[in-house]
Amino acid sequence: MILHIDDIAFRYNGKPVLDNVSMAVSKGELVAVLGPNGVGKSTLLRCINGILRPSSGAVMVEDENVLQLSAMAVARRIGYVSQYQTAGKLTAFDAILMGRRPHIRLQVRRRDLEIVDGAIKSLHLEDLAMRPIDRMSGGELQKVAIGRALVQEPRLLLMDEPTSSLDLKNQIEILKLIRHVVREHAVGAVMTLHDLTTAFRYADKCLFLKNGRIHAVAAPREITGDIIREVYGIPVEIHHHNGFPLVIPQ
Amino acid sequence: MHFHDGTLNRDYTRYTQRKLLLIHAGLAVLVLAVLYGIASGAARIPVAEVIRSLMGTGASPRFDLIVWQIRLPQVLAAVVAGAGLSVSGAVMQSILRNPLGSPFTLGISHAAAFGAAFAVMILGSGTMTSAGSIAIANPIVTTMAAFSFSMLAALFIVAVSRMRGAKPETMILAGVALGALFTAGTMLLQFFADDVQLAAMVFWTFGDVARAGWQDLAILGGVTAAATLYFLFNAWNYNAVDAGDETAQGLGVNVGRVRLWGMLTASLVTAVIVSFLGIIGFVGLVCPHVVRRLIGGDNRFLLPATVVLGAILLLVADTVARLVLAPHLLPVSIITAFLGAPVFMLLIVKGQRG
Repeated sequence: MILHIDDIAFRYNGKPVLDNVSMAVSKGELVAVLGPNGVGKSTLLRCINGILRPSSGAVMVEDENVLQLSAMAVARRIGYVSQYQTAGKLTAFDAILMGRRPHIRLQVRRRDLEIVDGAIKSLHLEDLAMRPIDRMSGGELQKVAIGRALVQEPRLLLMDEPTSSLDLKNQIEILKLIRHVVREHAVGAVMTLHDLTTAFRYADKCLFLKNGRIHAVAAPREITGDIIREVYGIPVEIHHHNGFPLVIPQ
Repeated sequence: MHFHDGTLNRDYTRYTQRKLLLIHAGLAVLVLAVLYGIASGAARIPVAEVIRSLMGTGASPRFDLIVWQIRLPQVLAAVVAGAGLSVSGAVMQSILRNPLGSPFTLGISHAAAFGAAFAVMILGSGTMTSAGSIAIANPIVTTMAAFSFSMLAALFIVAVSRMRGAKPETMILAGVALGALFTAGTMLLQFFADDVQLAAMVFWTFGDVARAGWQDLAILGGVTAAATLYFLFNAWNYNAVDAGDETAQGLGVNVGRVRLWGMLTASLVTAVIVSFLGIIGFVGLVCPHVVRRLIGGDNRFLLPATVVLGAILLLVADTVARLVLAPHLLPVSIITAFLGAPVFMLLIVKGQRG
């Protein structure tokens, strides 16, 4: 088991945002966190890597409680792709190299460069490596952000809306890439998504949040129209195509 | 550029070496500018004599006196102030993620000017000398007052940044407001000042590196060097913050702490320089932008390069200020504003097109 969350709660300004959330992610597993806007999906990710401190409960990554580790130690175990990507003036190579920050004290070593080199190749970013990232498209920038998280050599990847602001082709490409990376590197991964159909297509497991609590956890094939209706409050029909559920609002 | 297997990090190494080479070339230019700066002025000194005097190998006593008592302190003050103002500007721009970050835009310079005016008016530190020229009679009081008020401004901005939900832009806006407030305060003092006080206040605001003596230089140099080391040590953190607060946090960087100490240190350097030398605008704002164009935004190279280019720019500007209306000596701040404003506009226009 890579990630084990035990009954965490989080309050913002005294108002409960997350309550009684427990979940587990195993090696090579990609979990999608789903639910309406403002339900606490991003908050859950930030609680997992300690950017936000849960008021109770424990977050275990391979038997270590994240909440008791230093920020740098957490960054050596958990890679985080934020929903907000700022395109600075760095080149793609430099931007990805920054993912080595938790491992570098002052001087970049040869091994750091080799790891970045490898990540750039597995993301097919070779031709863009020396280009400043502020001249990149949304999809390319997203790949750089994923690359930065990968070179942290994490055990767990957290991705907040990795496909928002991407067109269909890029969405599919990024999700395929994420799934490939998760399998190949045998890491655990948790991502938040809005598009249910793509979530069902690529995730191994879907976790639905409602009012800050886990409403249902299911493999894509087991998801019913009732779950969607209860979580999102609209009636839907579920059709199956090639074994994957398609959500059709009524 | 296309990379084949295994050549990517070799190409990257070459790319970083090119940046290092540029920085070293800058250092060489700086050395030449220092020699030329010492040689130039109302009395021209041959460069060979300058070198002889610096090495202590038998220059004429007249040249020795000019070099060691007048030119060298002034040249070194320009180097230190240029380096300090420009690296502080670069750090502020990085940690606030805003191209407008600079001691000038954050109200720190205006606060120093108010402090100096306050010292002249209320603490009575400005007088007329027997020769009839206006001077700051008590430079220590004036400097301390300027320093206190600029640190007060810096602390206010940092306090604003600690407020819940404050964004980097909040600090810039707070700085602009603060600058206006201190300018109003200075105007109020000036309105009630007598002729001598008014002249002393205005005289103080002309940033001039000729003001620094050896003792001032020791303080300026010590603070600037220590702060620069601190900035270089944090270059990775500034890169991370530049990528966004959340991304930086995900990389294990304590964004709040990095921003707080970065702002405090940059403000301290600025406050020290401004309170000793007066207001020297535009170096802190423009120089980091120019360097970013030349060498990219990676703070590991950007920061040392801004140190070098800032030093060169202010030194050249000061040498020009000494020569352009010779035998009249212009304060360097007039030149930096005249050069800096068009350069900044050019950068904005080119940036729009790019």
